[in-house]
Amino acid sequence: MKRTRSTTLLALLAALLLIAAACGKSDSEGITTTTGGGGASGSGGKQTAELPTYDIQAAAGLTGKPKELADAGKVTIGVKADQPNLGYQDPDTNEYSGFDIEIAEMIAADLGIGVDGITFKQIPSKNRETALMNGEIDYYVGTYTINDERKEQVSFVGPYFVAGQDLLVLSDNEDIKGPGDLAGKNVCSATGSTPIERIKTEYTDAKTTEFDVYSKCVDALIDGEVDAVTTDDAILAGYAAEEPDQLKVVGETFSEEPYGIGLAKDDTDLQDFIATALQNHEDNGDYEKAYDATLGLSGTKMPTIPQITDGTPAT
Amino acid sequence: MDVIVDNADKFWVGMQTTLTLTAASALVAIVLGVLLAAFRVSPVPSLRIPAAGFVNLMQNLPLTVLFFLVVFGAPKVDIRGTSYWTRAVIALGLYTAGFVCEVVRSGINTVSPGQAEAARAIGLGFTQNLRLIILPQALRSVVGPMASTLIALVKNTSVAVGFAVLELTSVVNQLNETGDAVPGLFGVALCYLILILAMSWAFEVLERKVAFRRWAPSCSTSRDRPASSGTPP
Repeated sequence: MKRTRSTTLLALLAALLLIAAACGKSDSEGITTTTGGGGASGSGGKQTAELPTYDIQAAAGLTGKPKELADAGKVTIGVKADQPNLGYQDPDTNEYSGFDIEIAEMIAADLGIGVDGITFKQIPSKNRETALMNGEIDYYVGTYTINDERKEQVSFVGPYFVAGQDLLVLSDNEDIKGPGDLAGKNVCSATGSTPIERIKTEYTDAKTTEFDVYSKCVDALIDGEVDAVTTDDAILAGYAAEEPDQLKVVGETFSEEPYGIGLAKDDTDLQDFIATALQNHEDNGDYEKAYDATLGLSGTKMPTIPQITDGTPAT
Repeated sequence: MDVIVDNADKFWVGMQTTLTLTAASALVAIVLGVLLAAFRVSPVPSLRIPAAGFVNLMQNLPLTVLFFLVVFGAPKVDIRGTSYWTRAVIALGLYTAGFVCEVVRSGINTVSPGQAEAARAIGLGFTQNLRLIILPQALRSVVGPMASTLIALVKNTSVAVGFAVLELTSVVNQLNETGDAVPGLFGVALCYLILILAMSWAFEVLERKVAFRRWAPSCSTSRDRPASSGTPP
């Protein structure tokens, strides 16, 4: 009896180990696929656009918050971690990459802070204002649309990029060519996000599905549960690049989303410093290099750099 | 406060979804839970063992994981045509059924074995015994713990917000674009408080209503499961 029991136990243990091993395997396979997609759009792709390096040197004559940060040699930047080519954290290496990350780094470089001194903090959309108001992060770079409602709570520098709302569909979908074809279709986006609210108010004959994150929407799209995913084209392009055989971006933008860098409200020292830094890097070509090495890999051409309207760059 | 009053319609819609979600999954959970409890005390091993396995699985699986399996697993094995609401009910129902089963089973254990023995002596079969003698007493004695389980269910419905069901908690996400997330959270907390207080009150009334007096303590001191279980009738 005793022997039977220990044999059973052993068998159970072995079975558990097997399952664990199987899980581990499929897991690492999953990650390989992701990095495969990311790799193609990263430095290992066929286009050899290299990530630019920035001159790490504190600008002269800093005052206020920028001086504090430069003296401390440390900065905490809020970013997104689930948007390939924009703000993405590699699950294997925990390293961040993407266009927004580059923008964040080029500004930090002007504070004299290199990659070692930067702490990236993943802040989901809904916590951005709170994180900035609480001083949890020093500034935020992550597909943050400048609008008046938000300006009541935080300040912006920018725009540094103008995106637009677009649709992501399965590659074999020929029905949906723009927002006008959404009648009776099921459109997915993040709960409470501007894109889904726009669909609800302006395209009332479309059905909507709301998840907390876009990646679940993309899953539902691949599974055929929804007909389209909607949000800013830059974000969608990142997902399309991961599954180029299955997904495509429709390419018919129907809104303008000027992306800005968020910071604590009315911190004019920091605002003007970031505006100056941004302007400098736009002028010296860093911006273009950063674009080519990230979003540019999806094949889209760099749009013209928008004029900075929030924050005053020193001349 | 203004935020809550101004968005009363959103809160109301969210509350309705939470209520229907709770009601439907509570129904699934109670029916399935009682059935599982009956299986678990039944003399038939082929019912007892799968039921025990299922209950253990449900009690050890985090609810979010179960949601992922049901919501994203269904289309992967080509089960289609169910709405996200239905899938949320299935996930919540299965999950809570495991806990309901254990509550009911503990209730069955409070019924003195003499009752089941007497019932068998007058010729009742296992099902009749359970249905007429044991369960009526067992269910009455577990109104309190059942209330806790169902209150936990109300709070668990908030997991559905991540799976395309716009229940009460989603109001926070909706208000967040306008920067009213924090007052929104207070509003949501208040709504849950109202819901749960009402529920506890209802269960208290129910408990008083169905209370019964246990006559003549049985001679046996054993609190084991009824003698009918385990041994074939």
